[in-house]
Amino acid sequence: MSKYVPKMAEMAALMNGQQSLLTGKAPASGWLETPPEFRPGNYCYSAKPEALNGLGLPHPREWDPAEADWKLPENWMQLMRDGMKARLEKNRAFKLFMDVCVRCGACADKCHFFLGTGDPKNMPVMRAELMRSIYRGEFTTAGKILGKLGGARKFTEDAVKEWYMYYYQCTECRRCSVFCPYGIDTAEITMMAREMLHLIGVNINWILKPASDCNRTGNHLGLEPHAFVSSVNSICEDLEDVTGIAIEPSFNRKGAEVLFITPSADAFAVPGMYTMMGYLLLFEHIGLDYTISTYASEGGNFGLFSSNEIMKKLNAKMYHEAERLKVKWILGGECGHMWRVVHQYMGTMNGPADFLEVPKSPITGTVFHNAKATKMVHIAEFTADLIRHKKLKLDPSRNNHRNVTFHDSCNTSRGMGMIEEPRYILNAVTNNFHEMDENCIKEKTFCCGSGSGLNTEEYMDIRMRGGFPRASAVKEVKEKKGVNMLTAICAIDRVALTASMNYWVPGVGVSGLHELVGNALVMEGEKSRTEDLREEDMDVEVKGADAQAAEKEEEKDV
Amino acid sequence: MRILLPFVTTLVLGAAAYFFAQAGAQWFLGVLLPYLAFVVFVVGFSAKILSWAKVPVPFRIQTTCGQAKSLDWIKANELESPHTKLGVVVRMALEVLVFRSLFRNTWTTLKRDEKNGPRLVHESDKSLWLFGLLFHWSFLLIFVRHYRFFLEPVPFFVPILERFDGLFQITLPTFYLTDLLILLGITALFLRRLVDPKVKAISLPADFFPLFLIGAIACTGIAMRYVHKVDITKVKAHIQGLMAFNPGATDLEIGAIFYAHLALVSVLAMYFPFSKLMHMGGVFFSPTRNQTNDSREVRHLNPWNPKMKIRTYAEYEDEFRTKMKSAGLPLDQE
Repeated sequence: MSKYVPKMAEMAALMNGQQSLLTGKAPASGWLETPPEFRPGNYCYSAKPEALNGLGLPHPREWDPAEADWKLPENWMQLMRDGMKARLEKNRAFKLFMDVCVRCGACADKCHFFLGTGDPKNMPVMRAELMRSIYRGEFTTAGKILGKLGGARKFTEDAVKEWYMYYYQCTECRRCSVFCPYGIDTAEITMMAREMLHLIGVNINWILKPASDCNRTGNHLGLEPHAFVSSVNSICEDLEDVTGIAIEPSFNRKGAEVLFITPSADAFAVPGMYTMMGYLLLFEHIGLDYTISTYASEGGNFGLFSSNEIMKKLNAKMYHEAERLKVKWILGGECGHMWRVVHQYMGTMNGPADFLEVPKSPITGTVFHNAKATKMVHIAEFTADLIRHKKLKLDPSRNNHRNVTFHDSCNTSRGMGMIEEPRYILNAVTNNFHEMDENCIKEKTFCCGSGSGLNTEEYMDIRMRGGFPRASAVKEVKEKKGVNMLTAICAIDRVALTASMNYWVPGVGVSGLHELVGNALVMEGEKSRTEDLREEDMDVEVKGADAQAAEKEEEKDV
Repeated sequence: MRILLPFVTTLVLGAAAYFFAQAGAQWFLGVLLPYLAFVVFVVGFSAKILSWAKVPVPFRIQTTCGQAKSLDWIKANELESPHTKLGVVVRMALEVLVFRSLFRNTWTTLKRDEKNGPRLVHESDKSLWLFGLLFHWSFLLIFVRHYRFFLEPVPFFVPILERFDGLFQITLPTFYLTDLLILLGITALFLRRLVDPKVKAISLPADFFPLFLIGAIACTGIAMRYVHKVDITKVKAHIQGLMAFNPGATDLEIGAIFYAHLALVSVLAMYFPFSKLMHMGGVFFSPTRNQTNDSREVRHLNPWNPKMKIRTYAEYEDEFRTKMKSAGLPLDQE
């Protein structure tokens, strides 16, 4: 698979044989005496100067994390100190989380990276202590007096390196925060650390390149408008080949009722493009008046993984475009971190969206009161409402070849509370839905292992280790229930889980929710088919308009 | 060192108070120190609370642990993903009073399997929840029992509490259940910091010191009650004198163990505001728990919402106009 990760059997042997904190062995040295070790597969490449320049970020330069000299700006320590002080004064969560942890250890074995690596610094409490120790040493009197005895230390270059390693070895999934008696949210700490590292030009390419591309072209993939259109159109061609339904979505059309925004991965790559097919079939099925924008052609927001400023800058495009196109409201596709931004930041950052109307389904008349201010509806809410009102003609047997389990995305479950909508839809469009172990679904779900912008090739070793807890639970339902499809409502999941399933649980595919919806939809004028949207064999045969017409002919002849 | 140092510190503090009391330092230990401790505690505690309160909450970031309120026919979980202020109050109450989040704690083990590969097993683990609850509730009840010394007349709930606490009348004076439970709780919380290598690896001296200190306070208290008995009426008179800002009038010859107890309590009070013990006040401030999950419904305001220059559609069209035109995309400016 990748040169950055050993083969699965080797990895399994490594994990079986490990003597780590996870298996009960105390670390040989205290964490303050254990410097980070950069080796191929366990760190992300540094951001290229172009990406920093594209976003106007400071200290663009060529540098390599594996080398000793990181070419930090001369006044880096002052920049970090000032940056930390400013954030302690701007964000109560951050200040509070620095002060109240009692190190009870409830979070210790909740992190997928800890469970995959056994590395003490991947225990959420320890990850936070990397920051807290400096907070004590630089900002509290007790810490300054007691020093190491008080768990305090000062900024050092080694600490910066440690931050780079471990704050880019946190996917901001927030599972630890569910179990913490004070609700300490490691994602908040990681985000502050990443913001501070940006101040001294320490950042990773796989986050900043897409963010910079998104700013310029409208999407992470850097697809220019014509390329984006032709990409979607080629999906439409494939869709017509399979179903016989010709769909021509409109782009940048003024006056449409709904602006539809989804992660650009859905418009481009496998398996996201099958989910895109599902959306397109659904909209065609109900006759939705919608348009897709090339300017705001990205649902995702890698600003969430960099800084609140970049997040705001990229997110602003959604409202800007909705206002220009004079749509009534915005419908958002399946994506985890996109929805964390929409649900928890968008209104605050770029609202009020007074130029939009409170979203109302044109098909069922349902008013989405829960999106009254933001005016943006999640497609799972939209579709669940359609199914509830029996507005969709569905044949779940078309998904009979799929034995499905559902992976809750971190952001939709722990950042939105969206738990039942996707399950309701799954139960309507499939006949075989099985839950995984209750300790790793819903609010306790495990990260795919590659969230928060870590979905990069050179990081494969850590990604597969981080993906192990999820894979372990999938493997169990595969063996017990014969599950062969892992469904998720997140674009990063669809890519990341495809890699980790291929690695850990071969034979289990990964799909979006609306791929299964699309496959179950009985479309008017569809042609006969024996293959699903992926052009894989189904258990059932669809008799389309062509077959029905032929049957009628036969009846006449008789 | 992480354990020995806080242990020795606690011993030295207790012993010093004991011997100084015998050497005649009652005025310092019984009057000055408690007053000082009280001031440090109140000022320090308030300052810390203020330091949190004055920092804005820029975003409405909750940790949703259940179904949000969305469509009418989907059952929302008001306790785990509250949509109303009342829901938040109940959620916080469950968190503060019965440690809701710790209740869901799990224990994950890596099962080695040479044939099929390793796998993870997750089991429910209520031990931390139980010991935490035992410790905190015992502490609270013991604190409330001490109202007998602070208030005259004694509030009605104190005798009721004492009756329940003393249900097992196996010693004289009546044996209090909470005395046993707090020691049990502290011992368990201490042992898990030694036995579980994960918790051991994260423990600092600042994690052991409060356990030893509170343990020593409990031990001196128990000793005073059952072993080195002191004159309760004198204690009460002294405390009343302190509270009336008239400390000199009473008899200070109470017994050294009392002064050790009081000194340790004073140290705890002075240590409190500068330590992790502030989780007592902090838990109420946690933004992931104390906010409603309605951020798409009601706009949350950020006082420092930065102005950002965005790449506008006009700039985008300017750069890509020719390509957009050839792709048949509508344009704002031909």
